[in-house]
Amino acid sequence: MRRQNNAGPPVFEVRGLTKTYTMGEVIIHALRGVDMELFARELVVLLGASGSGKSTLLNILGGLDSAGGGEVKYQDQSLTHAGEKALTEYRRNHVGFVFQFYNLISSLTARENVAIVTEISNDPMTPEEALALVGLEDRMDHFPAQLSGGEQQRVAIARAVAKRPLVLMCDEPTGALDSRTGIRVLEAIEYINEQLGTTTVVITHNEVISRMAHRIIRISDGRIARGEENPSRLPARDLKW
Amino acid sequence: MVRAINRKLLRDLYALKGQVAAISVVVGSGIMVLILAATILDSVSLSRDRFYHTHNFAHIFSNLTRAPEIVFQRLEEIPNIAALETRIQAQVRLAVPDFEEPVRGKILSLPDGEQPLVNRLYLRLGDLPEPGKPGQVVISEPLAEAHALKPGDELEAIIRGRLETLTITGVALSPEFIYQLGHGDLIPDYERYGILWMNRRELAAAYDMEGAFNSVVLTLQAGANQEMIKDALDEILGPYGSVGAFSREDQISHRFLQDELDQLRVMAIILPAIFLGVAAFLLNVLINRIINTQRQQIAVLKAFGYANSEIGLHYGFFAGLIVIIGSILGVLFGLWAAGGLVGLYAEYFRFPELSFRLQPEIVTLAVAIALTAAMLGVFKAVAGAVRSPPAEAMRPPMPERFSRGWFDLPFWNRILDQPSRIILRNLSRRRFKSLMSVLGIALSGALLLLGSYQFGSVNHMLDTQYRLVQKMDIHLVFTDIVPERAGTELLVLPGVHFAEAYRSVPVRIIHERIDYRTSIMGMEKDPALRGILDQNHAPVSLPPEGLVLTGYLAEYLGASPGDLLQVEILEGHRMTLTMELAGVVYEPIGVGAYMERRALNRIMREGPAISGAWLLTDQTRHHELFQRLWESPAIAGIGIIPRAEANIRQYIEDTVLIFMGVLLIMAGSIAFAVIYNNARIAFSERERELATLRVLGFTRVEIAWILIGEIFIITLAAIPLGWLLGTGFAYAVNQAISTDLFRLPFVLDREVFAFSAAGVLVATLLSVGLISRRLRRLNMVLALKTE
Ligand SMILES: Nc1ncnc2c1ncn2[C@@H]1O[C@H](COP(=O)(O)OP(=O)(O)O)[C@@H](O)[C@H]1O
Ligand SMILES: [Mg+2]
Repeated sequence: MRRQNNAGPPVFEVRGLTKTYTMGEVIIHALRGVDMELFARELVVLLGASGSGKSTLLNILGGLDSAGGGEVKYQDQSLTHAGEKALTEYRRNHVGFVFQFYNLISSLTARENVAIVTEISNDPMTPEEALALVGLEDRMDHFPAQLSGGEQQRVAIARAVAKRPLVLMCDEPTGALDSRTGIRVLEAIEYINEQLGTTTVVITHNEVISRMAHRIIRISDGRIARGEENPSRLPARDLKW
Repeated sequence: MVRAINRKLLRDLYALKGQVAAISVVVGSGIMVLILAATILDSVSLSRDRFYHTHNFAHIFSNLTRAPEIVFQRLEEIPNIAALETRIQAQVRLAVPDFEEPVRGKILSLPDGEQPLVNRLYLRLGDLPEPGKPGQVVISEPLAEAHALKPGDELEAIIRGRLETLTITGVALSPEFIYQLGHGDLIPDYERYGILWMNRRELAAAYDMEGAFNSVVLTLQAGANQEMIKDALDEILGPYGSVGAFSREDQISHRFLQDELDQLRVMAIILPAIFLGVAAFLLNVLINRIINTQRQQIAVLKAFGYANSEIGLHYGFFAGLIVIIGSILGVLFGLWAAGGLVGLYAEYFRFPELSFRLQPEIVTLAVAIALTAAMLGVFKAVAGAVRSPPAEAMRPPMPERFSRGWFDLPFWNRILDQPSRIILRNLSRRRFKSLMSVLGIALSGALLLLGSYQFGSVNHMLDTQYRLVQKMDIHLVFTDIVPERAGTELLVLPGVHFAEAYRSVPVRIIHERIDYRTSIMGMEKDPALRGILDQNHAPVSLPPEGLVLTGYLAEYLGASPGDLLQVEILEGHRMTLTMELAGVVYEPIGVGAYMERRALNRIMREGPAISGAWLLTDQTRHHELFQRLWESPAIAGIGIIPRAEANIRQYIEDTVLIFMGVLLIMAGSIAFAVIYNNARIAFSERERELATLRVLGFTRVEIAWILIGEIFIITLAAIPLGWLLGTGFAYAVNQAISTDLFRLPFVLDREVFAFSAAGVLVATLLSVGLISRRLRRLNMVLALKTE
């Protein structure tokens, strides 16, 4: 397993990113000036305590939320100045999202949950291929209610990668799962990253998970505390918590 | 101190204010109609009963040609009679100062200077005529009001061809004329028709009725057998030209009043039932949704030791509060509208006093019914919520269970995209709810259809009657039967373009023990001014022999063309003939019998005689014409047809339109409430999925379709069902109100269907507009934040 670090231009370039929320009288500084880059093909774990701003950062990168200040560039496109239409297009064809609570459409089967994305994107794989990537080829016609949590999360991953996105954003993908199922899910993410070369960001507050990353970015109180290469990567299957 | 749990209740209500308002309006509508109908029902029937009771309204009536007063003694011997009065009644023509059109009237005798025992007068102003003073009359209040007449004023009357000047001594109301309707009219015309009362001695002298009477009215003792007494009366009065005693049911004022009360009673049941049923369904859906989203709160409350009953009560209160809000609206609007409507009723039904009172029983009943409906609606949801153990509720909800449906066949697989599949699965998963929604919306579409049907068909009826049937503009009734040539003489009157004479003979038509009293109209074979129509409203000719009946009458008698009818002639020499039913004709108002005029003359064993005429005149010369007609002693009555039409149309505008307006607003509110509630709940249930789809790169328009598509499918299913139900309603109403007085045509124009569909669609678009606002504000991050 070899990968060239910092090869080529960054996929994401973040400079001085801030974000504040106003809750009544209180102003919450969720991000206080974040600078960072993400490179092609790397798997980055964003590590931080609850409330440190991880989700906020990921949501802005994923085009779900607008930046408060600073600059976010995706390839050569500025996300900070993108309009509603451009952001929709960006989400449709470039990013895949995985959430803690799967967020599958309960009225659609696994296959259809993936198809809903492949129907609208430019150069998707088939739903069957995507589900095969996460090892669910024999559960394709099940509805979410008929799948376990881990299976649901793997459908969510298949759905996120079926459009062949350049980046895959995972916000606490194992947060609602026990460690055994969690590891199955992480294996799927790892496999996608290797097979498709998708730049992958995994958010977690679980130190153990960071050991599968190429690079670990620690975030605390809305700032990047430290970014470090991880020379001693472990395959997801060897993680234990 | 407000307990925390109650504060939660109020906050929940506030957060759901849109839906709370929509459901309250539906509850309110139901209560409003209930209160409106019940209050008026109560007020009218109470006023009627009181007036009948205090003024001794007759139970039985009999009209005859002329009987000597000595017969009174025989009448008195009939057992079980409480009071009996003989009297004289006659038609008069009146001239009212400063009013140039002819006024018709009916004049009744009073025992000299006294109140009658039966049908006593309620004197609003002045006094009864003094005994022995000639030319004094009491007049009916509506006539007095219409012409601002008061005691002391004078009127001119032509009584039996003689001009008399009458002095008004009083203004009165009678239980006999609560609905004061001129002969042959459908709608009161207070300007052109009135009732007068005069001392018997004087009226007898004027009408050549000294020592005689031509009308009997009587009241019964409790428990008396009406039929036996009617038979006794007929037996005694038959030889004196009685055409049969009749009871209140056939007395015109009573009958109209009773029909009105019956309609109110139906309205008081059916409409509230629809509204409260829909409200119960909406509450059920809403409470279910609230309980689903508050599962964890319920679990927490239970974990803290709240009892099931307390939690159940909490949601019960929630539904109860919505009902209370709706009830307050309904009671306020109901009373307000009842006030206005009672005024309208007082215009058409004349009581000494038509007061309406707020009956706490009715309000209590209305609210109790609404609450019961609501509780039925929420009971199951609440029971389910409190039964689940706290731990279960604490767990995050499982994804909703779905299964495949008919649209998962390969054919559909090819043409359905995933969003359409989401719509269809959501609809079919909640089959019951979807069906109820379709039904609720369809009901409102049906009400819309019914409203516009009624409006259209009343207009249709009037158009037929006044364009195709009654094409004359003046109708003259002669005092006597005159030779045919008198008809041509009418042409010399000022402004008369065309005249057509007829012969009218009062008869009783009998077929297999069913009988009906009417007149045979003898007319030209193809009358120019009086249309005779077939089913398709095409004019038909009268056959040279035989009788033609209004279809409704033929049906009532159970006779079809070719059958033989017994016809009892109630004029001159009484005789009974057998005649063939030669055909049936269609006419929307009234029923009648028709013959070729000369054929009628033949069976009457007379020469070519006529008893009235129809005119086509020059409106600008009416002043002169009326002047000449007034002076002519041969004229017993003058009817102005365009007036009658204008009166009816005015009445329709006053009453039917108000009812329709109310109906339309309420139907609209149901449609809106059902659709909006559905949409709102679908939105909150799907919010997370919709946000997910946005994350996956769907545009706003694409996700809006998932919600709106569902709404449209429900609406589109509801529209034809609404047409179907509405057609059924319209047919039922049509059947229910078809009487010998008038029949509404059962015509459903395309506009009626379009109107119903448009109403539902407008309500849908309105709801979609409101939901779109929410969709625009949908925040992906917030929607996905918590589970
Ligand atoms: N929509 C919001 N409104 C108000 N405050 C928010 C919102 N989203 C996040 N925050 C606040 O911003 C901070 C960072 O939140 P988040 O990025 O979700 O943290 P993490 O994902 O690291 O747990 C927290 O203090 C959180 O309370
Ligand atoms: Mg987070």
